[in-house]
Amino acid sequence: MSENKNLNSVAALFDTPNKIINAAKKVKEAGYTKFDVNTPYPVHGMDKAMGLGQSKIGYVTLFFGFAGAIFIFLFMGWTMAINYPYIVGGKPLFPFQAFIPITFEVTVLCGSIATVVGMLAVFFNLPFLNHPIHDSNYIKEVSIDKFGVVIEAQDPIFERDKVTEFLKSLGGEKIEYINEPEKEEFKILQPKFILFLVVVAALTSFGTFITLNKLMYVVPFNWMDNQRKSNPQSETNFFYDGYAMRTPVVGTVAKEFMPYPYQGQAQPEVPLANPTLPTEQLLKMGQEKFLTFCSPCHGNYAQGVSRLKGQFPPGPTLHSAKIIGYSDGMIYNIITNGQNAMPSYAYQIPREQRWAIIDYIRVLQRAQNPNPSDFQAIKELNKESGKNAVN
Amino acid sequence: MNIDYTKELALVEGNPRLADIDEIITRPLTQPPTRKYYIALSISSTALLIGAYSLWLTLYYGIGMWGNNIPVGWAFDITNFVFWIGIGHAGTLISAILFLLRQRWRTGIARFAEGMTIFAVMTAGIFPVIHTGRPWLAGYLIPYPNQHLLWPNFVSPLLWDVFAVSTYFTVSLMFWYMGLIPDFAILRDQTVNKIKKTIYSFFSLGWRHSNRHWRHYEKTYMIMAGLATPLVLSVHTIVSFDFAVSLIPGWHTTIFPPYFVAGAIYSGFAMVMTVLILVRKVFDMENIITLNHLERMAKVMLLTGSLVAYSYLMEFFIAWYSQIPAEQYDFWARVVGPYRWAWYFMISCNALIPQLIWFKKIRRSVTVLFIISICANIGMWFERFVIIVQSLSRDYLPSSWHMFTPTLVDFGVLTGSFGLFFTLVLLFAKTMPVISIVETKSVLEGAQPTVHGGSDHE
Ligand code: HEC
Repeated sequence: MSENKNLNSVAALFDTPNKIINAAKKVKEAGYTKFDVNTPYPVHGMDKAMGLGQSKIGYVTLFFGFAGAIFIFLFMGWTMAINYPYIVGGKPLFPFQAFIPITFEVTVLCGSIATVVGMLAVFFNLPFLNHPIHDSNYIKEVSIDKFGVVIEAQDPIFERDKVTEFLKSLGGEKIEYINEPEKEEFKILQPKFILFLVVVAALTSFGTFITLNKLMYVVPFNWMDNQRKSNPQSETNFFYDGYAMRTPVVGTVAKEFMPYPYQGQAQPEVPLANPTLPTEQLLKMGQEKFLTFCSPCHGNYAQGVSRLKGQFPPGPTLHSAKIIGYSDGMIYNIITNGQNAMPSYAYQIPREQRWAIIDYIRVLQRAQNPNPSDFQAIKELNKESGKNAVN
Repeated sequence: MNIDYTKELALVEGNPRLADIDEIITRPLTQPPTRKYYIALSISSTALLIGAYSLWLTLYYGIGMWGNNIPVGWAFDITNFVFWIGIGHAGTLISAILFLLRQRWRTGIARFAEGMTIFAVMTAGIFPVIHTGRPWLAGYLIPYPNQHLLWPNFVSPLLWDVFAVSTYFTVSLMFWYMGLIPDFAILRDQTVNKIKKTIYSFFSLGWRHSNRHWRHYEKTYMIMAGLATPLVLSVHTIVSFDFAVSLIPGWHTTIFPPYFVAGAIYSGFAMVMTVLILVRKVFDMENIITLNHLERMAKVMLLTGSLVAYSYLMEFFIAWYSQIPAEQYDFWARVVGPYRWAWYFMISCNALIPQLIWFKKIRRSVTVLFIISICANIGMWFERFVIIVQSLSRDYLPSSWHMFTPTLVDFGVLTGSFGLFFTLVLLFAKTMPVISIVETKSVLEGAQPTVHGGSDHE
């Protein structure tokens, strides 16, 4: 091994490309493995001379390119067909033809980023600024017009004097001994570094504060908050009375408005007939709306058990003989107009939903007073589904 | 001047030594800027300031500061975008496609053209973003899981554009930087200035000119060229989809992708030519950027210019052949309609003037080439103007026909785009080696060994 502990490598310079090719070949033949050739530009045939094989970097491109392609293709399909199904321009949910341009772009993007970053960071282990070879005379000459060979002290058959003689015999000039650089230490708790951290933290918080609290409220970033228009409840001098909000012209009819003949009447003479068929779908909707709108006061099964804990007069049971006797149109009238303490639900519940609720109330009532034939029907249903409980 | 075209020309004239190459190429970096340089920089930065002010007006008061109005919703903004993206294509073509075709003469101009690509794409990228009106919300174009639970529409050509342009920019930047690393290392090893040394060390990443690196490096360069080649073709194809996938008469044509790509290369080469002629004069690089380079670039312009002319004819033929009245009317309106002056500009600058390049005398006259290249730049801007504004102003419904009148702000933004581009070019020329030192050295006569390292080929 070497006599000088600090010696990193021995370097020699050559004048012409021909000489360096020969030198590289000879160094290789002499059995050195930890050596390198430094040239101002890639010299053709050098890989062969140094006994290096083909570069394997292409596999990195291949792998990451394909990975990117498959990922983005599936990702686009997932977003448009599964996560947020969305039909655009009459195309199917999974319009794979339209995914091709982006798939191609992402293939190129992933492939090239992986190749370049992989080459620099993984293959070359760069950045490597304190490599011993830097700042030597050797590299200064190499980067202009000389060609050089370095044999590292790490090489198993390295012997300083032998290597020197050997390089000289190949025609190498300006033999240079390159030493390991002195180890530099950077303490974490240096005052300068801490000051730097503090300044960065202060600037970041200040910048964030200004952005979120001030900048966002400045034109043009203020989400168009200040526009030349009148908002509800605001003043305007456009109208003679100064109000921005206008009442509709007399006789205006709202869109989809349907007049109700018994508006405000407690006892309609000829109540409306129920226009719906109690299909399963309709009953499901009725159940949902009943639970939403009616159950807080009348209870989940319309049995008159309020959840309002006395804050509002509880709604009576809807299983009374009176309500069973009411026609559908009468209940419709109660929902639409309200009755005494119960407010009108005409604005919250559209017409079909009111009828659906009434159908569902009928289901609840029937469940309290079933016909014998109902038991028979339930039994048969249970047989089919394999259950035996009556529930 | 008589040249024997059967012989391979020397790529670098005067056969300088390797050390001289460093000197010639890095001269602009080591010497203080000349008066000429300051004059050029002040012109370009004035233009940049005009653009910045116009942009501020646009952002503060809104897009209403521009002349755009329905039905002409796209006007100078998208015209400028397509124009600048097109300029960018020459750089990648020179650095990637000519590299794959083993055109070694590209060495003298590749780095510069790549730099121009990056600046042109940067300039271009501004326009689609500002034409949305509130560019600070452009982040929604990126598919990330946001609080609205919404994804961008992957079926829209406008989103394809986002991916194409950003990929193009990233890949060009990496390609360019990768070529610069060894050159930065050379600068690092030669400079004595401490600040410069720090900067160059930082950017050269500690490159050691090692052959164990060179072999991966060359392979990677080839792979990047291989990836960039289809990429550059795809970018303008996708830009043309912005139009071709819509239904406006004059836009909805299948010829658009190849037509746009040819136009892009044509305009890009024209811009490279314009800038290089200026640069080789200003920085005395006539030996490296030779007349032969200019002649070869002129030939590419002739080819692509003729392709563009062919596309113009083909568009008219298809309009007639399609038997669609709106389409026929639109093309007829280009010739005799209110925008005919733009069309005549376009035809004479893109289809007729480049035909002069057939003559060898003209190909080898720097002045004439300069004029032709300027014409081509103007012509290609008007081509995009004709396609966008003329087609939009005459769509299917005659009742919605409307003329577009640009405002001062429109011109300000256009001026600013040139200002940005040329300011960046000038700064680049002064701070980085505009010609690849490494590549130039490797193509000098006698730079490669006559003996081989035992390889079997040759
Ligand atoms: C805010 C609580 C409340 C809600 C919600 C409510 N009700 Fe009532 N409802 C009452 C009260 C209180 C009465 C008793 C009114 C009275 O004194 O006549 C009542 C009465 C009734 C009656 C007449 C009962 C009778 O014996 O005269 C019917 C029918 C009725 N509600 C149906 C409904 C339906 C259907 C809904 C859902 C759309 C509903 N209610 C929602 C509080 C409510």
